[in-house]
Amino acid sequence: MSFIDSLSQLYNTLNTDSGFWNPLIWITALVIIFLAAYILRGYGNKGYKKNTEQTKVFLSGNPEFDDKEEMQVKASNVYWGFTETLKGVYKLLDRMHNGNTSDFILWFIIILGIFFIVLGVL
Amino acid sequence: MMTFQIPYLAVAGLIIIGLYAVLFKRNLIKMIIGITLIESGVNLFLITLSFRENSTAPIYTASPGGIMSLPVPQALTLTSIVIGVAVLALMLSLVIHIYRHYGTLDVRKIKEDDN
Amino acid sequence: MFEQILVHSPALAVAIPLLGAFFTPLIGKINDKLRNIFVILILALDSFVVLLLANDVLSTGNIKTYIFGAKEIGSPVVRIVFEIDGLNAFMIIIAAILPLAAVIYSWAFMKDETGQDKYYTLMLLLTAGMLGMMMTGDLFNFFVFLEITSISSAALIAYRTNNKFSVQAAFKYIVISTIGALFVLFAIAILYGQYDALNMAVLANSIQYGLLDKIALVLLVIALAMKAGIAPMHMWLPEAYGRAPSSVTVVIIGTTLGSFYGILRVGFTIFGEQIISVSNLGVGIALGWMLVGLAILTIFVGVLMALKQNDFKKMIGFAAVAEIGYMLLAFGAAIASIYQDSNTGIVDISPAGLTALKGGMFHILNDALDISLLFLVAGAIYYVAKESSLNKLGGLARNMKYTTIFFIIGMIAVSGLPPLNGFASKLMIYQSTYEINPILAIVAILCSILLLATFVKVFYAAFLGPKLPKFDKVKEVPKSMLIGMLIIACVIIFIGLFPNLVVENIVNPAVAALQNATAYIGGI
Repeated sequence: MSFIDSLSQLYNTLNTDSGFWNPLIWITALVIIFLAAYILRGYGNKGYKKNTEQTKVFLSGNPEFDDKEEMQVKASNVYWGFTETLKGVYKLLDRMHNGNTSDFILWFIIILGIFFIVLGVL
Repeated sequence: MMTFQIPYLAVAGLIIIGLYAVLFKRNLIKMIIGITLIESGVNLFLITLSFRENSTAPIYTASPGGIMSLPVPQALTLTSIVIGVAVLALMLSLVIHIYRHYGTLDVRKIKEDDN
Repeated sequence: MFEQILVHSPALAVAIPLLGAFFTPLIGKINDKLRNIFVILILALDSFVVLLLANDVLSTGNIKTYIFGAKEIGSPVVRIVFEIDGLNAFMIIIAAILPLAAVIYSWAFMKDETGQDKYYTLMLLLTAGMLGMMMTGDLFNFFVFLEITSISSAALIAYRTNNKFSVQAAFKYIVISTIGALFVLFAIAILYGQYDALNMAVLANSIQYGLLDKIALVLLVIALAMKAGIAPMHMWLPEAYGRAPSSVTVVIIGTTLGSFYGILRVGFTIFGEQIISVSNLGVGIALGWMLVGLAILTIFVGVLMALKQNDFKKMIGFAAVAEIGYMLLAFGAAIASIYQDSNTGIVDISPAGLTALKGGMFHILNDALDISLLFLVAGAIYYVAKESSLNKLGGLARNMKYTTIFFIIGMIAVSGLPPLNGFASKLMIYQSTYEINPILAIVAILCSILLLATFVKVFYAAFLGPKLPKFDKVKEVPKSMLIGMLIIACVIIFIGLFPNLVVENIVNPAVAALQNATAYIGGI
């Protein structure tokens, strides 16, 4: 079967037109760098004091609540800066995605018309 | 010669009226009727393609002779009509469920809630 | 014995799920567990037949034809033919893996629902339709299988009829599906009226580029693009993917890719000699650039809308739209890069375009697997926590360790980080489109990063965070769901670590078959 002679291609690299990619070399490089970083970490400051201020969650000055649900940043507010700046684009996109079935088919007819005109002229 | 062009004009008319009903009408049932019109237009187009002048029906046994019209598009049209019936039944049963949940058949009010 | 199976395998691959679908309600009346085992056995047997067929076609390079009702084909081609070359073999591998994982997953996922007989029957019918769509060599047969899959999947999307959002998503899906299929039938009728042939190979042999052919080409490509989810006609896709049960979504991804395969078959094989030819050089380049424009619009709309969503499955649906944009970008850039060789005077795709074709093909396989894994994880969270809105989830990584690991694998693979399979295919797309026009590569890389940002948001909201009291009692998901996710994750890691193996044996024959329209014609 052809599977046997394709086993020899297991370790080859993937050649694109202008580069190459070999995941096994990448993983070995990653392991070596990780080992080096771990050894260097061992030369640093050892230990920490347990059960003191050092192990509590850092809240940048906000008070900690008992009910954890009030403390969590909700998912809709995570990327607030990004969505605020692009408000104009999002208003346009929301008007496009209003869930109206007739609008879906209207877009189809518009794109059909554009393609007809361009291919008919050429 | 114009009489032979009338079926093609009828096909174009049916499809345009069907598209108008789907795009601009607000009732769900009218949208389904529009889809049925488009489907009738395409079936008519298929049958019109099989016509030859002065031809008889393409039945082989005891035929009166002469040229026959093409049988293949007629078979395709039968398949298409059956598929159309199945799709129409499915769409109507979905509309019954939608009416039970939403209480209205206006296509602008049947949408998701944005959370 | 293998020889006999191999000769009849194209028909067996469609017939086995069909027969299973007819027997499933009967066996369901006896026992429930027996029916589940029967369905899994049928799908395993079907996958075995499909993989045997794909191995034969991809390794030897012959085109396999199967003629229904005759031993060999006469001079006017009058029978329905299944013709399988490299491109078909590539697609049916995808169509065989996905339903198997979905059915194993749905053993535990669907345990409390009513009407499970109908669910399994419809799943088997959907598999049969999908495999038939990808194997056929006849245009009208393609239309019939397209309608079979759209009816089955609309019924499956509306499976939970007490949930009002599922029913309206299914209604929108069937309206758009039917209108797209009717326009496809219109174009097939135009082509039949001109050339008196429905077989794809005969059409490819005798087609010219008149006015009626232009109308047929535009209708076919745009109607199939609407079914594949390309902007601005993509709006049904996140709703349909998001409101269906998760194991159903995995199989619907296969049908969406089947419509995409339809665009490739029409564009490259039937019209290939006409578009990529000397007299129509301007037309080919214009068509390529317009497809690239549509693809960039798809990627932007998909990624921007995904960042804003708060519903887990709808967000993954928008990410799926963006990924289909990547595939169309690769294929459009390949068409747009045709040039005329000054020595020989033949018009051909440039080498950068060839790499783009390979990247796009490889991306079809990778994207199907990645998005399926993400949907299965979303289904697991819905099963455990009964919530699907991200605002109400949190801190689930403490109780569900395996699900978190699968989500991390899926997140790394979708956004194209090394060393998994997303990076291999996206690297080919970036490097090849950079040589065609640098702006395309910049858009592609930027939107990959934004896609990673969306999934980091999901990871934070659902898995990290403080331990919420209402999720105190959740446990890990049942074993059958884990096995379903494990199958897909294993294939992802395997393709990621050995990309050259997959590219040499599976993708290269597919791309060669795509370019070589004369071999397809010669198969008849």
